[in-house]
Amino acid sequence: MEVITRNSSISMSLLRSKALESLSRIPLIGWLFGALIAVALEHILGISLALALGMPKIPVLFGFVIMLKKLVLIPSAMLYMLLIYILPIGAVARLSAPLANRLAAKLLRFPLWFSVAIHLGLLYAALHMWSGISDYRILMLKLTLIAIILTLSLNVINGYMGEFSCSHPGFMALGAYTASVFTVVLFVDDRLFGPALLPPILGLFIFPIALIVGGMVASLGALAVAIPSFRTRGDYLAIVSLAFMFIVKSAIENLEIVGGPRGLSSQPDWANLPTVFLWTIACIWIINNFVNSTLGKALNAVRDNEMAADAMTVNTRRTKIVAFLFAAFWAGVAGGLFAHVLRYVNPGTFGIQKLAEVLAMVYFGGLNSVYGSIVGAVGFNLMSEALRPLQIFKWILIPFLLILVMIFRPTGLIAFREFNVKNLLKPKLKPEEEV
Amino acid sequence: MSPEPALLKEQGANEMLFFFQNLINALQWGSFYALIALGYSMVYSILMLFNFAHGDIFMVGAYIGFGVSSGLIALAAWGGVAAPNWLILMLTIIFSMFLTSFVGMAVERIAYRPLRAAPRASAAITGLMIGMIMETGNLALLGARRVSFPALIEAVTYNMGGVFVTNKKIMIVLVSFLLMIALHQFVGRTRWGMAMRAMAFDYVVVPLMGVPLNTMAAMTFAIGSSLAAAAGILFGIAYPVLDPYMGILIGWKAFVAAILGGRGSVMGAALAGFLMGFIEIFVAMIFPSTLRDLIAYSIILLILVFRPHGFFGEPYSARLRL
Repeated sequence: MEVITRNSSISMSLLRSKALESLSRIPLIGWLFGALIAVALEHILGISLALALGMPKIPVLFGFVIMLKKLVLIPSAMLYMLLIYILPIGAVARLSAPLANRLAAKLLRFPLWFSVAIHLGLLYAALHMWSGISDYRILMLKLTLIAIILTLSLNVINGYMGEFSCSHPGFMALGAYTASVFTVVLFVDDRLFGPALLPPILGLFIFPIALIVGGMVASLGALAVAIPSFRTRGDYLAIVSLAFMFIVKSAIENLEIVGGPRGLSSQPDWANLPTVFLWTIACIWIINNFVNSTLGKALNAVRDNEMAADAMTVNTRRTKIVAFLFAAFWAGVAGGLFAHVLRYVNPGTFGIQKLAEVLAMVYFGGLNSVYGSIVGAVGFNLMSEALRPLQIFKWILIPFLLILVMIFRPTGLIAFREFNVKNLLKPKLKPEEEV
Repeated sequence: MSPEPALLKEQGANEMLFFFQNLINALQWGSFYALIALGYSMVYSILMLFNFAHGDIFMVGAYIGFGVSSGLIALAAWGGVAAPNWLILMLTIIFSMFLTSFVGMAVERIAYRPLRAAPRASAAITGLMIGMIMETGNLALLGARRVSFPALIEAVTYNMGGVFVTNKKIMIVLVSFLLMIALHQFVGRTRWGMAMRAMAFDYVVVPLMGVPLNTMAAMTFAIGSSLAAAAGILFGIAYPVLDPYMGILIGWKAFVAAILGGRGSVMGAALAGFLMGFIEIFVAMIFPSTLRDLIAYSIILLILVFRPHGFFGEPYSARLRL
């Protein structure tokens, strides 16, 4: 502490590098402890602190929204952020670092899934408590998780395989409508489809099936894009996929049985936070395994040089078709979850606007990287929620930021990075401490 | 926004007249699509990438046309000059094309030039984003109200053997044909046009021969944008209500037309633009009009499955990078 009082620039920079180093010695589980403590603190102290600082309620999104709404509240929002999030997280993570490191090392001796499960449990607990404050947070969190699924699945085609596919809103629409029809027909007394066929108690078991069926229908639709992709790449595939998107949208608009342009509503409320969280984790896990498999590496080979890949015994047709079906499946699952989160879908949702949004998330986060997709989806959603008070100027600022990202990092923020779970979870010890 | 419903359907006129009536509608819509598709295709032939902001440049062109024509009318009234409407229209088209060409050059400078060496998909994203900025910027500047284009031509309907033709439609088709012929002459006869063709032939080697890539790119964007502005004004004359999102649908359809015509083939794009208009109008003539998009895009999908390179495009080659 006396270093600060001396306040010489050298010691300051020394202190900073020391602080950074001590932060880099904290394993992931330490950060999760910190986050857990911080959200617990927010539960206990949040409202009184917020009132004491002159804010009407707990700032829902780290204070960003309230900062832009009322400029006077900027200092108190920042103070709130500091007191509730930054200081507790930093302090707990730093103080628990030795313990956490030992714990992380112990956990790694068990099978990997056990360690992963513990980490995910902690993460879910933190998210659950964080979102428990308000319904808005729950909704935003669910939509962000769905966006992660969507971004990852598009990254399989656009990043890993290097095609420019525009059909993702179409796949999403197929999944959303199939899953909705499935659940609405079976479990809801609806004026379009008549009374419920099954008791709602079965819903918890049927809902995953509904999502999977939605994903499969989206995969079937993807054949319409995958088969032309044998003969053509690049711009023509972009057009084929774009045409596919318009066809799906227009077809749904003309299907009166599912409500036509008015949309379909009254889906059962089963997409709660644990469900969406579990599906997102499953998606990240499966897609990460997929892109690291032989087939996933074949995608990169097809992207870099299709002819050479063919010569090296990569079955390019099979690779392409599997990639499209796989990505479309996850897009369909994301669509099904989306429909059940909002409990309303209409074909207008799955148009050019959605396409631009998904593409922006993929290219903002980074091509060819699972990390990048997560960062892109979370960052984009957070940004577009936090800037909501700017109203219309939000849609000038966000595109502008994206242009800057594209100019300075053309493949996205975190591109071409492997997602290694073991690296993520291992204890962060000093080099000499490692055995 | 959608093409006009067939006027004569209810009247039970015979099939032939109905067909010709729709033919004229199709020609009108085709000329919008063709003028816009030309811009896409020209940029493609030089830079090998599509300018995804082009639909919004069309929108900006229409608004600039609105501003210029209102300004000219006000100026004529203020000066006490009894300017005939056709003169104002001509000046509007010329001035707006000139002004919009700067919009195109600015788009090129901001969204495309810094990304010359980047993957093409990144440039597609910047294009989409700058389009979004233009839409929202317009909304922020002018508000959500729709503006209506001043009526410079009073509609006169001619009855040509049972087919009703308005003078607006004739003028729209004529002006777009004129512009296309002018472009054709420019590309075919001038030194700049020759440089463009050379660049389209090989955009790696030709800049080494002393053709300035940046100037060429800026010029291509300028020409494409001015054609889009002309399309915007003609559109404003036919359908006088402008709104900031008018460019999206037309722009994407023209983009599809540009691809259909064959990547980088300028005249192919014009032809495919007309084809697009025909497909749309005649699908709406035969089937219920809500099915228009569905059937039109299905036809396009089929065409692309059997001719994956469009009508006049070159097959897949190594010089395409994505």
